Amino acid sequence: MNAMDQENFRVDETQESSAPNAARRDFLKASALLGGGLIVGLSLPAKNFAADLKPVAANAWVRIAPDNTITLICHRNEMGQDVHTSLALLVAEELGVDVNKVRVEQAPVDPVYINALLGGQITGGSTSIRDAWDKLRNAGATARLMLVAAAANAWKVPAAECSVDDGFVVHKGGRRETYGKLADAAAKLPVPGEVALKPRAQFTQIGKQQHRLDTHAKARGKATFGLDVSQPGMVYASIEQCPVIGGKVASVDGTKAKAIKGVIAVVDIGDAVAVVADHFWVAKTAREALAITWDQGAGAGLSTERIRATLRDGAKKDGAIVKQSGDSAAALKTAAKTFHADYESQLLAHATLEPMNCLALVGDKGCDIWTSTQFPQGAQGIAAARSGVATERVRIWPQFIGGGFGRRLDVDFIGQAAAIAKAVPGKPVKMIWTREDDIRNDFYRPASLHTMSAGLDAQGNLVAFESKMVSASITNRMFPGVVKNDLDPFMTEGAANLTYAIPNSMQRVVIQELGLRVGYWRSVSHALNAFAIEGFIDELAHAAGKDPVAFRLALLDQQPRQRAVLERVAKESGWADKLPAGRARGVASMESYDTHQALVAEISQAGDKIRLDKLTYVVDPGIAVHPDQVVAQIQSGAVSGLINALRSKITLKDGRVEQSNFHDFLLLRTNQMPKIEVVVIEGGDKPGGIGEVGVPLVAPAIANAVFALTGKRARSLPLSDEKIEFV
Amino acid sequence: MTQLSINGKNVEVDAAPETPLLWVLRDHLGMTGTKFGCGAALCGACTVHLDGAPVRSCRIPLGTLAGKKITTIEGLGGRVGTAVQAAWDKIDVPQCGYCQSGQVLAATALLSANPKPTDADIDAAMSGNICRCGTYQRIRSAIHDAAQSLGA
Repeated sequence: MNAMDQENFRVDETQESSAPNAARRDFLKASALLGGGLIVGLSLPAKNFAADLKPVAANAWVRIAPDNTITLICHRNEMGQDVHTSLALLVAEELGVDVNKVRVEQAPVDPVYINALLGGQITGGSTSIRDAWDKLRNAGATARLMLVAAAANAWKVPAAECSVDDGFVVHKGGRRETYGKLADAAAKLPVPGEVALKPRAQFTQIGKQQHRLDTHAKARGKATFGLDVSQPGMVYASIEQCPVIGGKVASVDGTKAKAIKGVIAVVDIGDAVAVVADHFWVAKTAREALAITWDQGAGAGLSTERIRATLRDGAKKDGAIVKQSGDSAAALKTAAKTFHADYESQLLAHATLEPMNCLALVGDKGCDIWTSTQFPQGAQGIAAARSGVATERVRIWPQFIGGGFGRRLDVDFIGQAAAIAKAVPGKPVKMIWTREDDIRNDFYRPASLHTMSAGLDAQGNLVAFESKMVSASITNRMFPGVVKNDLDPFMTEGAANLTYAIPNSMQRVVIQELGLRVGYWRSVSHALNAFAIEGFIDELAHAAGKDPVAFRLALLDQQPRQRAVLERVAKESGWADKLPAGRARGVASMESYDTHQALVAEISQAGDKIRLDKLTYVVDPGIAVHPDQVVAQIQSGAVSGLINALRSKITLKDGRVEQSNFHDFLLLRTNQMPKIEVVVIEGGDKPGGIGEVGVPLVAPAIANAVFALTGKRARSLPLSDEKIEFV
Repeated sequence: MTQLSINGKNVEVDAAPETPLLWVLRDHLGMTGTKFGCGAALCGACTVHLDGAPVRSCRIPLGTLAGKKITTIEGLGGRVGTAVQAAWDKIDVPQCGYCQSGQVLAATALLSANPKPTDADIDAAMSGNICRCGTYQRIRSAIHDAAQSLGA
C-alpha cells in the first residue's frame, strides 16, 4: 500500500545534523535502493548531547558516540512484539557488538524508515523482521566495515589484518581501539558498496537465547508509554464523543463546565467536545456538566441484527475471485456428496490496556506530538491537517505502546489532540480517553459471513471446494487506492495463501460495507478465513470418515513445510493416543506471514461447561531471530485468539455500542488460561512474520475439538453465542 | 491539603478529596509507573499496596487515605519485591509492559502473604489483573520461581 501522500515525505535539509553528509547520503542511496524507498537526505532527531559526546551517525539506524555508546535508531514501534531487541540483534550481529550494549532510541518520521512491505512508516502486518532482515544487517555490516577501515588507515595496516571484538577493532598485532574513538574518522570514509553478510552458521547472537532489552524497565514501571509523557505546563483534556456511531456535535453549551474550578476551556472539535483542565480528573468529571446536542447521522439505525442482514445481502453478490483451480461448479455437480455451511465472526474491540491518548503542543515552533502509535507517518499527517501546522513542522515523538493489536494504526485520537491543542496554543495538552471512550469509539474488527460449499467423491476425497467471504474493507477507508478490482489484500489473506491442493476450487470475496468504522485487528482476515476454512475442512474430514490430520496431510503433497508442522504437532500433542471419555482434541493448520503453523487444542468436559486444557503449537518461521520471543509471541497470539474464540463481542443497538468496560467486553484472565506449548522449527532460509501468527487457528482448533467432544458443530463466534460455555 | 505516606515519604497533595489515588499519583505527583486501564477496578493496571494489601488505586478516593501507608512500583523493594522483579527479569515476562507494574505489585502481595502459592492460589490472587498481551503463563512461572528463590 502506498500509505501517504508524497508531500509528507519532504525532509528539511537545513536540519541536517553535523554528521558526514556526503558519506551518509551515499549510504542512504544504497539503503534506499535496498528498501525500495526514496533517495533523500536524513534528519536525525535533535538531541542535547554534551559537546564531547556528539554522536556520529554511521547510517540511519546506527549511531556511535565517542564514549562508545552505540544506539539503534529503531524505526519500528515497540508494542510488546520485541522489535527493540529483535531489530537490535540484526544490527549487533553484523556490527560485532554484544546486543546488551546497544541502546535503543525510537526513530522520528523519515522516508528512510518506510516499511518496504507496507509502503509507509508502519509497524504492523507482522512485517518488522521481514522488512529489516537484510536492511539492518547491512546497516550493521556497513558500519563495521567503515570502522575497520578507519582503524586500518590510522594504524597503516591492511584492513584484512583487522577484526572486531565486541565494540573494538583489533589488529592481529594486538592493537585495539573502541568503535567510539574510530567513529568520527570512519564516518568520513566512503561507504562500501557490496557488503558481504555473515552466513547463518556464523551467527553468534541471532537465534540464540537473549533477554529482552526492555524487560528491566518494564518490570519496574520505568518504561515511558504515551500516557506517561510529561511536558512543562501540561494540561489535560477529556472528550465527549457522540454515543451514536459516526455522530457529530451539533451544538454545545459549556457554561456550567467552564465554571468548575480547574477547567481552562471547552473546545468543540466537531467530532467531540473537549474539556481542558489543570488535571485529568477535573476534565473527566467536568464532562458531565456539558450540554451537547448531537447530530446523530446515519448511524442511529445501526444494530447487530442489521449488520448480519447486510452480510447476508452481500452473500448474494458474486464478489471478486481470490483464487481458483479447475472447475468447482462442475465438480460440485458430479461429486458423490456435497456440503454447504455458513460461518460467522463477530465485531471485536481492540481493547488495548493503555487507552487511546496523546500529548500535543501547538505553538511558535509548530506542532509536537508525543504518543503511542504504530503509524508515526500517519500521525504526522493527521496532526498537520487538524492543527493547521505544515507537515514539515510537525514532529512525532513515538513512545512505548501499551498494546497495539492494530488499533494504533489508526490515528483518529492524535488528530483530536492536535485539534484541541490548536485551541489552546502554547499549552501542551494531554488528551486521555477513558475505558468507556475506548470501547465505544474503536475501529472494530469487522464482522464477517462465509458461505462454504464442497464435494467429496465416493472414496471421500475432496474434489470441490468453494468459499465466499463477505465483510467490510478496512483498506478502502484507510488506504484508498490499494483496493483494486474489488480485491482488498487484507481480506484475501488466509484464503489466497491456502496451502491445500484441491483439484477444483473457487475462493471469492465480497466487500460489503457495514455502516461503521472497521479496523485492522491482530491477524486481520487470517482469523476470519481460518475459522471458516479450517472448520469446514474438519467437517469434510469427519464426513469422509477420515482422521482430520490425515485428511489435511493428503492435501499437502506440494507443501513440505506445512506437512512438517502438521506431522510434528500430531506427535507433540499425542494425536494418535486415545483419550479417555470426556476429553477431545481438535486440529487446524495454515500458512500466514510466510510462517507455517499447526495447532492442536485439547479440551475436556467440566460439568455443563468445557475446560481448555492445552494448546500445542508447532510453528515454522523459517529462521527464529529471537527464539524465546518467537515463543512469547505465539503465547500472546494464543490469548488474542482466545478472545476471538470464546466470549468477547461488540454488539450494537440504536447505533450505540452496548459494551463499555471489562465487565461486558470480556478479556482473558489468568484463571481461564489453558496450558500453551510452543515448538519452533526452522525450515526456511529467512525469517517469517510472527506477531500475529498465534491468533487465527485458536478458534477453529477449539471449535473442532468441541465437535469431537460433543458432536456439536460451532459455526459462529464467539462460541458463547453457540451456547458453548468455558470454565 | 491532604497528607499522604507514599513509599515511606510524607507528601502533601492539593486535590479534591474525591480524586482517585491513581490520578493523584500520576498527575499531582508525577509518579507514572502506576497505570490507568479501566477506572473501574476491573483490570488491575493501577494496583498499589495500601498497608501492604493490593488495592485498585483508580477507585480509592484521596480523602480516605489519611494515616495509610501506600507503596507503588516506584517504591517497591524489600526481599519479596526484589525477588519478584528478579524473576520477571529472568523469565522475560513483559511484552508491551503496560500491565506489569500492577502484576508485579499483585504478585508481591501474594508472595508476602503466601510464600508457596499453588496454581489455584495464583489464580485467586492474580485473576483481577488483566494482561491483554497474554503473558499469564510467564507470570505464573515467575511467581513460582520467586517463591523458590525466597524459600532457598
